[in-house]
Amino acid sequence: MDPGSKLPLSPHIQIYRLPLTALLSVVHRATGVALALGAVLLVWILALAANSAEAYGQLYPHLASWYGQIFLLGLIFSLYLHFCNGIRHLFWDIGMGFDLEIVHRTAKFAIFAAIVLTVATWAIAANLEL
Amino acid sequence: MAEFSLPANSVVKQGKLFKAAESASNTRRFLVYRYDPSTGKNPYIDTYEVDMDSCGPMVLDGLLKIKDQIDSTLSLRRSCREGICGSCSMNIDGTNTLACTKSIAEIKGDVKVYPLPHQPVVKDLVSDLTNFYAQYASIEPWMKTDSATPPDRERLQSKQDREKLDGLYECILCACCSTACPSYWWNSDRFLGPAAILNAYRWIVDSRDEAAGERLDDLEDPFKLYRCHSIMNCAKVCPKGLNPAQAIAETKKLLVQRKM
Repeated sequence: MDPGSKLPLSPHIQIYRLPLTALLSVVHRATGVALALGAVLLVWILALAANSAEAYGQLYPHLASWYGQIFLLGLIFSLYLHFCNGIRHLFWDIGMGFDLEIVHRTAKFAIFAAIVLTVATWAIAANLEL
Repeated sequence: MAEFSLPANSVVKQGKLFKAAESASNTRRFLVYRYDPSTGKNPYIDTYEVDMDSCGPMVLDGLLKIKDQIDSTLSLRRSCREGICGSCSMNIDGTNTLACTKSIAEIKGDVKVYPLPHQPVVKDLVSDLTNFYAQYASIEPWMKTDSATPPDRERLQSKQDREKLDGLYECILCACCSTACPSYWWNSDRFLGPAAILNAYRWIVDSRDEAAGERLDDLEDPFKLYRCHSIMNCAKVCPKGLNPAQAIAETKKLLVQRKM
């Protein structure tokens, strides 16, 4: 591993068939980043709403537009997926759930639970009488 | 930092096609990573059509048939052909495994064979594992004691204490796990990787070893140990069915427990 070595580096991410657990790990990190950025936007949205009806009124069409809806749906899904997968991490931290079969089962369950929670949240929000 | 693309000298090109004899009716295509250090050219993929009617069942059989009968310039490491030496570890069908225990029939489509991922390549399927072995040496994989050896017998171990080593001592250092680990790909200069940490843990839990504290001190480092994020590729690929991720988690637990 001499840094000046001219030996080629073998392919890695280009050829590796990542198993579900690895893909979920990538998504866990991506949703973490998305939540950090999303939190800033969320604070901004809430600040506008707290400021005045006019200020929020100017933003509202954007939130109601297709891209606004995708953003909100993505943020909710990111929150639930990161939350559900985070529970797997908590169990791992106490040394539980490392069995290969269990790891795959909990991965599938975390994704499933995140989808169900996202749909449920969206359905409840859509039916809110404001 | 994570580097997702290959350096210019490592980009893989298209190589040659070695066709099977006209008479062969049952062939499989082996797509094999090739690199010849004497040419200075980039690595490339050669395609070999292998007659399965005269080939053994494992990927290693296919590779050795290629070397013996089609293209003797192909280089690979192999020895025991029964999954105990760990020499023929490579990336087959997108996953790290031992060529000798991987059945060709399990693979759908072409048989794609690469060296272990994210390692310097010496030639073809032979990667330079100097760093991997140095990391293993760094965990000092031998019994360390302060007390005197009993004069009349070995250092005895209860059955229960011996059982703690099951799932650890079987490691054959094939490097399938470490080179399957994305954290190891991006940080192998500082992260010890699953194989070395599993072996460190093997000595930490050995009832006869008396250096557990020092071993834990040595591992307590943001990079050496804590780059593991339970991606689980290590356990998924281990040809001996070991679970390095679990050993790493147990090590982390011991580090917490000794502070409580």
